[in-house]
Amino acid sequence: MAHATDHAASPAILKEVKPADFPRPKLVENDRSFAWITDKVCSIIEGKTPTWWWVCFVVACFVASFTVAGITYLVATGVGVWGHANPVNWAWDIVNFVFWIGIGHAGTLISAILCLLRQKWRTSINRAAEAMTIFAVVCAGIFPVFHVGRVWFAWYLFPIPNSNYIWQNFRSPLEWDVFAVSTYGTVSVLFWYIGMIPDLAVLRDRFFKAGNRLRSALYGFFAMGWRGSNRHWSNYEMAYLVLAGVATPLVLSVHTIVSFDFAVSLIPGWHTTIFPPYFVAGAIFSGFGMVLTLMLPLRAIFKLEDLITQYHIDCMCKITLATGTMVGYAYGMEFFIAWYGANPYEGFAFVNRAFGNYAWAYWIMISCNVITPQFFWSKWVRNNTTLVWVLSIFVNVGMWFERFVIIVTSLARDFLPSSWGYYSPSIVEIFTFFGTFGVFSVLFLLFIRFLPMMPMAEIKAVTPQADAHAGNDHH
Amino acid sequence: MAAQPYGLIATFETPASVMRAAEKVRDAGYKSWDCITPCPVHGLDKAMGVKRSIVPRFSLVGGLTGFTTGMILIWFTNGYDYQLTVGGKPLFSPLFAFPVSYELTILFTAFATIAGMFFVNRLPMHYHPVLKYDQIHRGMDDLFFIVIEARDPKFNFNATRALLETAGGTSITELEA
Repeated sequence: MAHATDHAASPAILKEVKPADFPRPKLVENDRSFAWITDKVCSIIEGKTPTWWWVCFVVACFVASFTVAGITYLVATGVGVWGHANPVNWAWDIVNFVFWIGIGHAGTLISAILCLLRQKWRTSINRAAEAMTIFAVVCAGIFPVFHVGRVWFAWYLFPIPNSNYIWQNFRSPLEWDVFAVSTYGTVSVLFWYIGMIPDLAVLRDRFFKAGNRLRSALYGFFAMGWRGSNRHWSNYEMAYLVLAGVATPLVLSVHTIVSFDFAVSLIPGWHTTIFPPYFVAGAIFSGFGMVLTLMLPLRAIFKLEDLITQYHIDCMCKITLATGTMVGYAYGMEFFIAWYGANPYEGFAFVNRAFGNYAWAYWIMISCNVITPQFFWSKWVRNNTTLVWVLSIFVNVGMWFERFVIIVTSLARDFLPSSWGYYSPSIVEIFTFFGTFGVFSVLFLLFIRFLPMMPMAEIKAVTPQADAHAGNDHH
Repeated sequence: MAAQPYGLIATFETPASVMRAAEKVRDAGYKSWDCITPCPVHGLDKAMGVKRSIVPRFSLVGGLTGFTTGMILIWFTNGYDYQLTVGGKPLFSPLFAFPVSYELTILFTAFATIAGMFFVNRLPMHYHPVLKYDQIHRGMDDLFFIVIEARDPKFNFNATRALLETAGGTSITELEA
């Protein structure tokens, strides 16, 4: 009825307006059925373990052993085995911490922010991206926890009553960071798990039918007895929406607080108000780089082209382009403000970044972060999966160097030229960082082997056949 | 007395057909009944007459608790229990307490939302008569079901069965309790 009155009130000319036909891009190609989607995603878990998986798993375990070796040596000897010395007392650990945390941010962006913005293309990539977030946070956490030196006292970071009767200093951004990162890790796990419940129920039932009672019981335990009830879905969807609603300010706050670690200090090159938005954009940029790095091979291996379509790749490339360009703008603006602010120390910090003894790192950063994403303007590049993958690697490299440049250049040449130094990582630091790629890969490989890599229920919900109103307008 | 059945379950092929049937069951005045769907179906809540979820109330309580916890924690530790002046800054100010309180708001909201969702949905419930139906796995895969419970005051085996049939349901089966 409301529609009819609206039409009567609208000008007559509207009847002659013919809206252009903009077909929505298909999110699942080839009109796949619900059953096909279930089979496709479950078959990854149910099938025999592929040989390549074992090869990758063994290699990943080997790489991860470098972190174990590095950390064992550090704990046994002392934090002095890292290359930190005056004036650079803080480098590799915080660089790697920010690098990994930043990577995690794309997962939350995809799962939470794109959910609020009703970007339906998020559905096929959000589960894997959330897994990436959690594993990246695990890798990030290694560095600050072990940098405290005596790691068995790491619990001093939390306000737990201790025998010294002293409390944490909540005026320090580092203490804020403890809360930001631990909240981020926890909420990411909760969000990931809640999203997985209906899919775990699918696996429970499938393994039960296949006669595998053990796996059915394991998946069933975590599926919480989910039975697809619409009364449940109603509360579930609301809970999911609320979680997306709180994860959105969370992801923005986490990297803001990470940037406060620097911005709240008085070091030239760090003490700038642009840091929070600049760090958040950089984090999302690096995270999308990592999502592309991970998803493109998986798409090829598991033949997921119908679920991760060219449209998905286009969207990811465009976000990478947008955030990469924001990061480029931030680099330019930092230089502008350093000149415009007329503070000689600030000015020196930036000239030193671009032309000082770490200029090589600076120009790697600029080439990877500012130039690389510009290729994504071209449709031809976005359609070339191999090229997109190679470019995504450059993004990862560039964002690591960004953190290195920000942190190390500002410290290595501070206020007093007599104390200037040049920081190089020790072999222990290199081992520890190199190994985190193994830690990440081990966790990610286990994830794709044992958990549903894509949210089946969510993908089904965005297919045309899930639309109960298709073809008729009854309400 | 013969064992009372849990209810009747009917199968539907498409979201549109389950939606139309749900409207019929709703209009017939049933209260203890449910739809089983492999994914959330847009508009089905309205067709079933399900009210807006109350989960956000739990979230609000969680969020307020989190924020208050953060502020009180920081005031107690830095401003009251062990007063330590650092850099000439005040012993307590809501400004420096804000980032941590903000994070705790989010943390507590997330826990409260999830706990609230489980509570409202009465989960975990690993044993349920619906899960004993031998085709229930299709309800997580590609089919849609309507379950009408025997405890509903309007439930009448033959009339309810007829209603499900006219609504387009197939394979109407009695569920054991």
